[in-house]
Amino acid sequence: MATYTLTVNGQSRTVEADPDMPLLWILRDKLGLVGTKYGCGIGACGACTVHLDGAAVRSCSLPVGKLRDEPITTIEGLSADGDHPVQLAWLEHDVPQCGYCQAGQIMSAASLLNGIPNPGDDEIRSGMSGNICRCGTYTRIHAAVKSAAEKLS
Amino acid sequence: MSQQTTSRRSFLKVSAATGGGLLLGFSWLTSCESDKARKARPELVMPEEWVAVNAFLKIGENGVVTIMSPNPEIGQNVKTAMPMIVAEELDVDWNNVIVEQAGLDTDNFERQIAGGSQSIRHGWEPLRKTGATARYLLLQAAAQQLEVDPAELRTERGMIYHDGSDRSLGYGEVASLAATLPLPEEVTLKQNADFSIVGVATKNVDATKIVTGRPLYGLDIQREGMKYAAIVHPPAFGLKLKSVDDSAVRGMPGIQGVYTINAAPEGVELQWSDVNAFPNLVAVVGDDTWQVFQAKTKLALEWEEDSAPESSPMQRERLQELLLEGKAEEARRDGDPEAAFARAATVVDRIYSAPFLPHNTMEPMNFFADVRDDRAELVGPIQTPEFLRKSVSALLDMPEDKVSIMMSRMGGGFGRRLYGNFGVEAALISRAAGVPVKLVYTREDDMTQGTYRPEYLVRYRAALDEDGKLIGFHVRGTGAGESPVFANRFPAGTVDNYLAENLTQESNVSTGAWRAPRSNFIAGAEQSFLDEVAEAAGKDPIDFRLELFARAASDPVGENNDYDAERYAGVLELVRDKSGWSTGDDARGVAAYYCHNSYVAQVVEASLVDGEPRVTEVHCAVDCGIVVNPEGAHNQVEGGIIDGVGHALYGAVTFTDGKPDQQNFDNYRLIRHIEAPRAIHTHFVENDIAPTGLGEPSLPPVIGGLANAIYRLTGERVYDQPFAKPRELRG
Ligand code: FES
Ligand code: FES
Repeated sequence: MATYTLTVNGQSRTVEADPDMPLLWILRDKLGLVGTKYGCGIGACGACTVHLDGAAVRSCSLPVGKLRDEPITTIEGLSADGDHPVQLAWLEHDVPQCGYCQAGQIMSAASLLNGIPNPGDDEIRSGMSGNICRCGTYTRIHAAVKSAAEKLS
Repeated sequence: MSQQTTSRRSFLKVSAATGGGLLLGFSWLTSCESDKARKARPELVMPEEWVAVNAFLKIGENGVVTIMSPNPEIGQNVKTAMPMIVAEELDVDWNNVIVEQAGLDTDNFERQIAGGSQSIRHGWEPLRKTGATARYLLLQAAAQQLEVDPAELRTERGMIYHDGSDRSLGYGEVASLAATLPLPEEVTLKQNADFSIVGVATKNVDATKIVTGRPLYGLDIQREGMKYAAIVHPPAFGLKLKSVDDSAVRGMPGIQGVYTINAAPEGVELQWSDVNAFPNLVAVVGDDTWQVFQAKTKLALEWEEDSAPESSPMQRERLQELLLEGKAEEARRDGDPEAAFARAATVVDRIYSAPFLPHNTMEPMNFFADVRDDRAELVGPIQTPEFLRKSVSALLDMPEDKVSIMMSRMGGGFGRRLYGNFGVEAALISRAAGVPVKLVYTREDDMTQGTYRPEYLVRYRAALDEDGKLIGFHVRGTGAGESPVFANRFPAGTVDNYLAENLTQESNVSTGAWRAPRSNFIAGAEQSFLDEVAEAAGKDPIDFRLELFARAASDPVGENNDYDAERYAGVLELVRDKSGWSTGDDARGVAAYYCHNSYVAQVVEASLVDGEPRVTEVHCAVDCGIVVNPEGAHNQVEGGIIDGVGHALYGAVTFTDGKPDQQNFDNYRLIRHIEAPRAIHTHFVENDIAPTGLGEPSLPPVIGGLANAIYRLTGERVYDQPFAKPRELRG
């Protein structure tokens, strides 16, 4: 066990944890930020995607002991009022079915648009393919990413 | 719920304090705002007092309405669609509606199940009557208050108007009085033409919470004093627990204890929903999910053989042998099929197969349970809460009325959460550990637990005469635990000489319903077989089917044909016209299927990418009667198509000595964004028929459409799912 101080959604949070404990479970079980989801635990589904220093990472595969003091953003902190252009585009296209994968999808999309403000269809397809949606909302996700890109540009 | 059950209800006044829960809805004062204005919704002004008109409805003094959604929400969007139906007849502004998920309440609600795409079909009338009854009472109350004849009043969006005297009242102003009035014997329902909520594209009521990461799912539950639990089940089908050595775990920090539980003890009555290959489990309870996941890998467990472990090649051989040589149960016979095959000019004879499939809901199985001496509280993702309560009550030896079940929003169901073993396990662990627990399965636990879609095999034979006329048809199917054949579905009823046969193979791999049970295999097989038969007959595949439907409509063979030939033909014609079928020269395949009371036809276009087939575009025609929520309906149809394409191309779980070879998404392939169709065009048949569900019907046919498109693309027929070859994949 060790003590870690993390900056999560702009707030400083201190936790006691085993250095091997993945950020995902720190967020969910220790900090009560349950918007970040568990899907596979091996970096293969994207449900646990958060931003580390602005870039999308799989929090299930990121041991807390490996973190420096990079700022962490979760779905709860992506915007103050749920009005990030990606979130608004998700509402506009009524993307979610069960909704479970969508926090990860949104975090991936927001990071994709940070890197490529105006992605082409193929860039969206490959950029979003680390995130699985069992409900099959991909066509809506695709349209929502395009809408968000238009609004951002 | 019938009219009679409505009238047994009593009226209650409840305080605002009990009106919490899942709040979505907006100010009473903005009832006439435009769609644009809705985006900048002010916070809902919560009423100070609620009047419970019945179990479905509470009306606040300021006119805000809470509608309970009785059925479990698994992503099929009933939490939006079912309250829409109540709101329609109540005649309120949807913007002033709050939707709350109801818990299990068998006194007040019926059929609180998510399964078989039946929620909307069964809910349609009772939900309408619920709304209409409340509206009737509000009108009576307003008439008393205004001292006029109720017939002189009209309602509009939560307001009651007396045009003669130019007076009006809000529902909230008369709700208290309405709640004291006697229930009507009968109520008048709206004409379909007057619908203003039903038929209007309406956003998912939980969407804002979903996109902002609010706690909604079973996995998100956190309670004061709650511990976390993980289970270990046998690593292979056919094995059971022999011994437990937990010495390496006992001293681990944050671990409270290790418990063995038995979910199927002698003498306890089990429910149909208690399918479970592994009732004897080891559970670890501790301070967080990660710790219990770690601890479970450190247990030294011994297993012993319970029944002979199976491997996939042996399972397939066994099925094949049964299919070809077994003694079948005859499910339907028309005419003289043997004679028809004897005189046929051409016989087409093909075998189709599909593997076991795990459900792989994105949210792994989990449940919260707080079991005390005299009561138990369970919260979590369950499609069949009533059956879970029966099982838990029997296993804890506690009366059913001491067991409460609350359904969380589910991160997918697809049939897996019809079988509530994880809820039962959570209850047993909570009792053993003496603390409230949240049980969480790892993805590996989830994928290797069983309750799979069965492996299936089917043989089709068709007899054609010299003119290419279909004179005989024979379907003979088998599978693990069940045959996939529906004897009375199309093409039964269209062929004079018809035979359907079932054979069942026992297996120790447990199986259960998986999105569109049986149809999820048999539709694809049947529709690709008919494509081949049409080709042998020298006919266009759509014309060939339409001829059969014409026969079934005008002069059906046999009695119990399980479809309406005209509606079936209707979707096929619609998709033909919308897709420009006759002019298309691409690699396109067609399919049509009827299941779960809805009709679907699709034209599927495919291409090859790195030697692998991909679906690029799908045209889809659907007849599900009245479309309650077009937004949700489109989403369901699109999702079913993508899900069907994905599983047909990539899905399979295989076994080596009873052990699943695929345990996580590194080698179990689910369709990803890059592999999904680029465009799906869905067209709904417009009619006034009572609505039917959409959670399943678009999935089965697309597998046939895909197989037929692959044939047009490559010149080769595909018979065995998955159609794409397995490969390693990591996201
Ligand atoms: S849970 Fe992290 S990628 Fe699946
Ligand atoms: S919406 Fe259900 S998994 Fe994506």
